[in-house]
Amino acid sequence: MTFVWGLLWGLAAVMLIAGGAVVGVWWERKVAGRIQMRLGPQQIGPAGVLQMIADVPKLLFKEDIVPTGADKPVFRYAPLAVFAPVAMSVAVIPFWAGWAPLDSTVGMVFYLAIPSIGVLGILLSAWGSHNTLATIGGLRAAAQMISYEVPRSLAVLSVIILAGSLQPTKVMDAWQWWWVPLTFVGFLVYLIASIAEMNRGPFDLPEAESELVAGYFSDYSGFRWAIFMMGEYGAMISAALFGAAVFLGGYRWLPGVPGLVLFLVIAMLIITVVMWVKWTFPRLRQDHLMTFCWTVLTPLAIVQVVVAGVVALWL
Amino acid sequence: MIGHDETPMASPADGAACGPTADVAAPVMTDEMGDPAPAPEIVAEDDRLVVNIGPSHPSTHGVCRVLVELDGEIVTKAEPIIGHLHRGIEKMAENRTYLQVVPLTDRLDYVGSMYANWAYCRAVERLAGIRVPERAEYIRVIVCELQRIASHMMAIGPAGADTGATSLFMYTFWQRELILDLFESLCGARLTYNYVRPGGVAFDLPDGWAEQCRTFIDQHPSAILEIDRFLFGNVIFRVRTKGLGVLSPEDAVSWGASGPVARGSGVDWDLRRDDPYSVYPRLDFSVPVGERGDCYDRARVRLWECVESCRIIAQALDALEEFEPGVIKAEGLPRLLAPRPGDAYDHIESARGSLGVYLVSDGTVRPYRMKVRSPAFVNLALLPLVSVGHTLADLVVILGSLDPVFGEVDR
Repeated sequence: MTFVWGLLWGLAAVMLIAGGAVVGVWWERKVAGRIQMRLGPQQIGPAGVLQMIADVPKLLFKEDIVPTGADKPVFRYAPLAVFAPVAMSVAVIPFWAGWAPLDSTVGMVFYLAIPSIGVLGILLSAWGSHNTLATIGGLRAAAQMISYEVPRSLAVLSVIILAGSLQPTKVMDAWQWWWVPLTFVGFLVYLIASIAEMNRGPFDLPEAESELVAGYFSDYSGFRWAIFMMGEYGAMISAALFGAAVFLGGYRWLPGVPGLVLFLVIAMLIITVVMWVKWTFPRLRQDHLMTFCWTVLTPLAIVQVVVAGVVALWL
Repeated sequence: MIGHDETPMASPADGAACGPTADVAAPVMTDEMGDPAPAPEIVAEDDRLVVNIGPSHPSTHGVCRVLVELDGEIVTKAEPIIGHLHRGIEKMAENRTYLQVVPLTDRLDYVGSMYANWAYCRAVERLAGIRVPERAEYIRVIVCELQRIASHMMAIGPAGADTGATSLFMYTFWQRELILDLFESLCGARLTYNYVRPGGVAFDLPDGWAEQCRTFIDQHPSAILEIDRFLFGNVIFRVRTKGLGVLSPEDAVSWGASGPVARGSGVDWDLRRDDPYSVYPRLDFSVPVGERGDCYDRARVRLWECVESCRIIAQALDALEEFEPGVIKAEGLPRLLAPRPGDAYDHIESARGSLGVYLVSDGTVRPYRMKVRSPAFVNLALLPLVSVGHTLADLVVILGSLDPVFGEVDR
């Protein structure tokens, strides 16, 4: 019975990510259009909302090209190894008072640990493509994603210390409004490290189009490429939901359904900021990226943990 | 023309149209003639990685192939391989009349066609001793300074895009678009203008064009300031491009670099001022010069040159009002130019540097030889010099800062 429920929730998570990616692509094109003095999609449906519904079948029916030199099984299934952890991470996000799809007692650790598997999928896809540009992209991704795990985990640790629990629903129960100013630096560190985790600009070095064409998924086309895209948008949605919940209080601001709506709106705003940043900033260089992680973000996150720890003593 | 004689369809008329070589038996391509020179190959030392950038790559600014040897992410060798856009324009010019060559020069530097038009026309005018009316010279200055702005916008926007700031591209392209609209109403073309002709220009300014041009130069400096804030004020861009791809002034001079690439290194050399031509001596403008010779300075020199170009255009438009409208071409030009035997070289300051055209005449209606001294080609040769030791990500930024246009590099 647990298995059936798990299967159903898994399907729901995949649908949420896929649907969110469809809406996210449309929204990103609109945001980017505004930033670039354009209109974005506007031909299909009002304000182009049906554009993605036209694009998804196009991607589905495109030729599925596997390069001759590729390691075929690895090349074929690597996109799934990128997408699956993202879909899994949604499971522990607390959407409702006392309820998360998978209310694990170690949910916070689960959330930090599972997306890290994605780096394995990226490495596999890069290696399987048998392409120099893809390999460079994959190695960049490995270095970057593993490094940015550290400040990201430390930032979340500050909330865990304040709440005194690893269970996401318990964290939400313990949440107080004054945690927002207290952990604001932690939230910023979490947001920046999450952008680096999901390989988006200005940290999109693994897929830097100006030198690596498309990095680790240069050789992918059609639906396998679409799975990578869904993974990227899924990571963005998942990180925004988690950040909106544990750092910004999520549904706790209002009781009942308005709380849930507010939670989703906050997550949406975070996603918009992430897109805004991507379309405004140039890309960092590899060495600057690492310097920024280890000399700026990590010390800031440690300071945040210390502050949270001191305050927790007085609670 | 290989095997042309053997085809039954070949008639003497066809042969005559193809120039003097059609009379002799066309050489047959054999192995003895040798294959074209093989592309240089880099064999990786130790465990280094050889990456092939291009010829079809998002940020090679055209069809450039760069073979790069990487030690980790650090470039240890970079070898630009050119010729993918070679169309034999200099050879084709030998089979065209002097007027028919002008559209060919459009295809040299397709981001700054007016310059190639002008450089070629100046060489023809020197060769044939044509005196251009002053009004036409002012019009040439106006369109070429507009072209400089358009070309620099095409250099700065992609310089941002190379570092990942793709949105800036749209802001610079918007300015370029306004200029292309002006050119379109002037000569009907947006890219290959065929506007500057030997002896003058092709068409007079349409009604109201001067006012539209003034509207553009009035709004342009504020757009420049916005681009300045957006790109040059961005800390990531500054950190990435300052000290990147440093070209010393000595190297710039000894490698023959010119234009913003040389001026970014502090070489204060601008043909408009130092070898004055046309009506430039009568116009008041300054030449922005960089200090460090890095990608940042090169891009910034381009940005401030746009402001100076606005000043020049404003003065030229004022001067134009004092002339009777209608005079745009030298009087008494024959329909078919046939200069006396001899040669002539003339150069102008294009957006990329000193663009020169060398013409040899044998007294017929077609040039005997044309040679283009291309600043893009010379500047591109600096790539291995300035890019070794930087990362792969910086290689494309350095390439973009040299601003090559491959129509002009390969010709």
